[in-house]
Amino acid sequence: MVVSHKKPKLAVWKFASCDGCQLSLLDCEDALLAVAENITIANFPEASRAVIRGPYDLSLVEGSITTSHDAERIHAIRRSSKFLITIGACATAGGIQALRNFKDVKDFVTTVYAHPEYISTLGKSTPIADHISVDFELRGCPINKNQLVEVITAFLNGRRPSVPAYSVCLECKRQGTVCVMVSHGQNCMGPVTQAGCGAICPAFARGCFACFGPKETPNTASLASWFEQMGASKDDIVRAFRSFNATAESFRKQSELYEK
Amino acid sequence: MKNRTIEVDYLARVEGEGRLLVKVRKDKVTEVQFNIIEPPRFFEAFLQGRKYTEAPDITARICGICPIAYQMSSSQAMEQACGVRVEGALRQLRRLIYCGEWIESHALHIYLLHAPDFLGYEDALLMARDHPAAVEKALKLKKIGNELMILLGGREIHPINTRVGGFYKTPTKQELEAMIPSLQWALDFSLETVKFTAGLSFPDFERDYELVSLRHPDEYPITEGRIVSNKGIDVDVSDFLNVFEEEHVPHSTSLHARVKERGDYLTGPLARYNNNYHQLPEIARQAAEEVKLGEKCLNPFKGIIVRAVETVFACHEALRIIESYQEPSHAYIEVPPREGVGHGCTEAPRGILYHRYQIDSNGLIKNARIIPPTSQNQKAIEVDLRAFVEKNLHLTQEKLTWQCEQVIRNYDPCISCSCHFLNLTVMHEDA
Repeated sequence: MVVSHKKPKLAVWKFASCDGCQLSLLDCEDALLAVAENITIANFPEASRAVIRGPYDLSLVEGSITTSHDAERIHAIRRSSKFLITIGACATAGGIQALRNFKDVKDFVTTVYAHPEYISTLGKSTPIADHISVDFELRGCPINKNQLVEVITAFLNGRRPSVPAYSVCLECKRQGTVCVMVSHGQNCMGPVTQAGCGAICPAFARGCFACFGPKETPNTASLASWFEQMGASKDDIVRAFRSFNATAESFRKQSELYEK
Repeated sequence: MKNRTIEVDYLARVEGEGRLLVKVRKDKVTEVQFNIIEPPRFFEAFLQGRKYTEAPDITARICGICPIAYQMSSSQAMEQACGVRVEGALRQLRRLIYCGEWIESHALHIYLLHAPDFLGYEDALLMARDHPAAVEKALKLKKIGNELMILLGGREIHPINTRVGGFYKTPTKQELEAMIPSLQWALDFSLETVKFTAGLSFPDFERDYELVSLRHPDEYPITEGRIVSNKGIDVDVSDFLNVFEEEHVPHSTSLHARVKERGDYLTGPLARYNNNYHQLPEIARQAAEEVKLGEKCLNPFKGIIVRAVETVFACHEALRIIESYQEPSHAYIEVPPREGVGHGCTEAPRGILYHRYQIDSNGLIKNARIIPPTSQNQKAIEVDLRAFVEKNLHLTQEKLTWQCEQVIRNYDPCISCSCHFLNLTVMHEDA
């Protein structure tokens, strides 16, 4: 019989998020029981009441930092984790809730809440890597579950994960999907967005809306000027770069250039 | 006479971060808190200034478990604001993708989150050691729900193919028909699931709930209907805020909803079932009858059986829609923006989800209001806890704590959803 404590220990942690990325783990229906055979799920509250104390071989972290309590908590998790991987746009780029970073949160908290004193929140939503060192960032809103399995397998076997940093365009070309921008004149964030989703939007006749954040070395200025030539307003362009990865540096800079 | 404190710091097998605290003094419950400890994410605030067409994709990110509910409630609210109705095949496809979400979410909750409580396991993976076939089939059922979401939505979490006005691309009849064999399997296994869940043992506990759900004259409610209750509510969706109100309580980052001048209410499968039993197809009613569930069920622990009956319905309904499907000529209808207010309310797997938007003539959102099912159920959960603990003080601390957790899990709470709705926009409302 296999002694369970020799199996690598996996922990899943949640910060500000929608739960979708950790749900991806439960959505690995075919692989779930096999994965559970080979690792010990030591901390995964969404799935289990059982909690095994750290240290952990691998921690998956979902969500962004939005409270001072969470900013402390993430350090304790780092200390108890051999490898720490952040999963999803919230953890890797602050997520959709980082849209607050462009506004004065303090203002509307104090003027609008019935009881602002019950609320504790930071002015900005920040990615995990702003607070601690991270061994790998898995992008996506939500992440791709096959990439998740690849990353877990890679770390548990001591190799780097194979997760491409090229653009969605390459996925479209490989699948033979007709370019929605060239053929149908639709705004598409694909040229500046990292692959990983399988280029599903163009396959469903819509432009990419950048769930996976910027690709490596994106030419955002060129894409923005194409959008302008195709009739997009400055506000449209700001909104296109400001979604789930709004504070990723290249997207943030591009949106700020178009903001009045 | 005893003093006790029941405390669970981080509730497991629920979606999101919640905490439980019950204080007992001299055999009387003095304090009950079902705390939502998720940090607020301010959706309603940053929706201001976004385009009406963006609301489905943005609000989907409130919840990874029920994104379709958010996409449907927001799309319908925008369509109402713009004076457009989506009918025919497109309406049927919306119902179909929603069936996928019900199947996936109910399978997840019944087998992976809730059944382990009844059978005394910490989680479904431990349960799988003793009941491997049940867990494997449960995962297959969940996968079939997800496959329906992928076929119609592009992916199972945060689908990309739904939009204000309909879809970006509609499936062919042939693509849908390819799902028939798996859905037939899912229907059979759901019927088995009704028997399995009915065979569990349930605490003797009932409450005189106000049960709130949608009701539709022709169908078991999913995507539309009037808001009704067993205590006399029967209003149009646009009257939601006239009937219900929310209060901001100190221990929670979620607002508590209640029926005005009356109090707590329950939304979700139990309410849908009690309010709409006669709209269920015969196969689902028969399954309920066989296990003697009855037309009325007020034991929240039996919600697990009701979910199973609803899964039978969802599989049956998906098959019915696929069989009668005729490909629409357009994937969506145009929804030109106009100044106005729109309301949308649909039945998320865990209860009614209400959206209200005010948009300007360019389609920019002026304000947004979103009331998810778990914040509506929060008060009912606390009342349940109080009643349950008072009745069960004889239990050991460990057993009572576990059963209190179960009282909460009865609601399949989606805490990620519920906490993001501190009502930031109330002061800005023109009305």
